[in-house]
Amino acid sequence: MHEMSLAEGIRQIIDTQAVAHGFQRVTALRLEIGRFAGVEKPALEFALDVVLRGSAAEGAGVEMIDLPGRALCYDCGETVEIADRLDPCPLCGSGKIMPEGGSEMRIKDMEVI
Amino acid sequence: MCTVCGCGSGPKIDGKAHAHSHEHEHSHGELTHAHSHTHSHSHAHDHTHGADHDHHHYGDGAAGVSVPGMSQARLIQIETDILAKNNTYAASNRRVLAALDAFAVNLVSSPGSGKTTLLCRTIQALGNQPLAVIEGDQQTSNDADRIRATGARAVQVNTGKGCHLDGHMVGHAMDDLRLASRSLLFIENVGNLVCPAAFDLGEDAKVAILSVAEGEDKPLKYPDMFTAATLAILNKVDLAPHCDADLDAYEANLCRINPDITVLRVSARTGEGMEAWLDWLRAGLASKART
Repeated sequence: MHEMSLAEGIRQIIDTQAVAHGFQRVTALRLEIGRFAGVEKPALEFALDVVLRGSAAEGAGVEMIDLPGRALCYDCGETVEIADRLDPCPLCGSGKIMPEGGSEMRIKDMEVI
Repeated sequence: MCTVCGCGSGPKIDGKAHAHSHEHEHSHGELTHAHSHTHSHSHAHDHTHGADHDHHHYGDGAAGVSVPGMSQARLIQIETDILAKNNTYAASNRRVLAALDAFAVNLVSSPGSGKTTLLCRTIQALGNQPLAVIEGDQQTSNDADRIRATGARAVQVNTGKGCHLDGHMVGHAMDDLRLASRSLLFIENVGNLVCPAAFDLGEDAKVAILSVAEGEDKPLKYPDMFTAATLAILNKVDLAPHCDADLDAYEANLCRINPDITVLRVSARTGEGMEAWLDWLRAGLASKART
């Protein structure tokens, strides 16, 4: 959706961390992206490539870790893992499920020198 | 996006430059907005808004500092939300609203669902209720002009190329509006059913507006927004017979995506259903005063 804004957010965090931790270069970056975060990963990769130019993380390897989509089923009361936003509850088949997890967008860690 | 304060690279407020110098508000060691603080930021030095303060503009700037060098490679655990900065601004806005017992709604929809007409009718129906409006669009101040024609206070935020309002833009707009206590604040987001879902503005509720000619399956096509919304307004119900719209199918799809959502059937044009919407707003405002 707004992968360029996200890439800019990532750059801000890197800039702040570079000052806080006194590093000069990021060699690897690991992101955690939830299944329902609405992030198009190829678009984010493209945006990062552009936005990180001139930053400490220019040329850094970027790994994106998928986090599963989780939802609460209103009929059976269980928290279940679903692959698609429109999937029914895998336990009872109900369509009344409310997403509870999977919207994460986080920088997990980074390797710096 | 400005890497110092988070200003986006295009947005402006009522066509004026948002040329702020940053020194004052970023010296607190945290990313909060200055607005909620009691120590005196006059903001006169950092925002070159016009006299009526109703148009913000976000300049760009990309500070990037890196010096190549070598030392030991090490792993730094960050665990930081990519939208952490926006969320900090949103939290600051929320504190300002709470202090005023003000109730803020973030109106989200596709372009053309009737947000501005609904707002104009709502403002007229609310009479003397203190309220203000923040209008988000990529370009023009047409919507803010329409709101101002009702006599209400409105600030237009032009996002430029941006596809959503963010917490920082709304914080600046709130500064300019100087909300009265127990106000209603309507934030009309950029017409877009995708991006605004992810950006917390500090509002009390997202209200999704869906007009009956858009297609019954729209909630299924854009689930994130309808999941994030507390209330859905099915607008332009007076047109339903002319476009074979199945209102029950709309409601069923909304509830499938979000079992908690409240749905109101409204026609801003004829006034049908408006009283239920006004009651919902009044109840929200009353709940803020109790907390």
